[in-house]
Amino acid sequence: MKCKLCGKTAAINMRQHRLALCGEHFLGWVPTQVARTIKRYRMFGPDERILVAVSGGKDSLTLWDVLLGLGYHADGLYINLGIGNGYSAESEAKVRAFVDAHPGAHLRIVDVAAEYGASIPELARRRRGRKACSLCGLVKRHIMNQAACDGGYAAIATGHNLDDEDAVLLQNALRWSVPYLARQAPVLPAEPGLARKVKPLVRLRERETAAYALLRGIDYIYEECPHAEGATTLFYKEILNQLEARSPATKEMFYLNFLEAREQYDLFHVDREALEMHPCQRCGQPTSAPGLCAFCRLWARDEEGSEAPGREGTEGK
Amino acid sequence: MKLIYRDKTWELRGGMTVRDAIRKVGLDPEAVLAVRDGVLINEETILGEDDVVRLVAVVSGG
Repeated sequence: MKCKLCGKTAAINMRQHRLALCGEHFLGWVPTQVARTIKRYRMFGPDERILVAVSGGKDSLTLWDVLLGLGYHADGLYINLGIGNGYSAESEAKVRAFVDAHPGAHLRIVDVAAEYGASIPELARRRRGRKACSLCGLVKRHIMNQAACDGGYAAIATGHNLDDEDAVLLQNALRWSVPYLARQAPVLPAEPGLARKVKPLVRLRERETAAYALLRGIDYIYEECPHAEGATTLFYKEILNQLEARSPATKEMFYLNFLEAREQYDLFHVDREALEMHPCQRCGQPTSAPGLCAFCRLWARDEEGSEAPGREGTEGK
Repeated sequence: MKLIYRDKTWELRGGMTVRDAIRKVGLDPEAVLAVRDGVLINEETILGEDDVVRLVAVVSGG
């Protein structure tokens, strides 16, 4: 199989695009796709400052590498969650190695245990009945938003890829989780106290972000988080892969046509403006109920165990 | 030919494509990338008897 552009041996074949490319041309193709996605969904402009949430995994490091390569002012934010078995230590080391290999890349590190008093596993032990993954999501969203607002960034960029978005969409569609179906998007606009969120990799499959990382020599953390509730997501991804094997480009159609159909037919409407938001008494971030936000309630000892239960539906990793 | 994935190794005969080899060991060609001698190879590459191919999982479940 030959590269469509130069005739050399192809490194990767993308059946859904009927496109095989050699390593060199694939490394040029990926940034072009990301740039198109940024433009198509009006994620951010060339002069805006972006905060990239990096985990040490293939997707977020690929995203950071691509944004830097495209000339964006993209700083990194790494949140050390204190996951055991060397997981957080290794993932932080991968991020630091990335920074060393990218002169001019700026990284901010937030150590959850040092800053707030407990790691995620410790927090999960204290909060019996709450899963580590749901706590982790809550903590990360809060810290990312705080860092973006404090730093004056135009947007937080995350490394969600097409497979991630497809898996979340399938999960939420099977449950008809309307508020989540209404909100799943490549861009979540800024609201008072909430930074804009963007997902520039939503048109790339995870095999493409992995191939990019391999070809670029980006050393990423390969193993899953030991706490990962991966089984559910992996199950949906397997189903989507089976559909894909029978009908190429199903993954693209499922997600991208969903976005188009929702817009065209005005589906899954949730009136955000009708939601009355209040500033959290402690951190100031918006929350739907007066008092402390869900994040601050986690750390309030006098309210131990009283935080709201997890909602049905999922926003993905 | 050797196929290596995480802590598993399979011995397969040469002459088959990467895609067929991946399927033969029960994996999904969409979910892994194949690397031979440190080089990413496409799924239609025909593997030789002496090839050693490392499969890299691309799926993240977080």
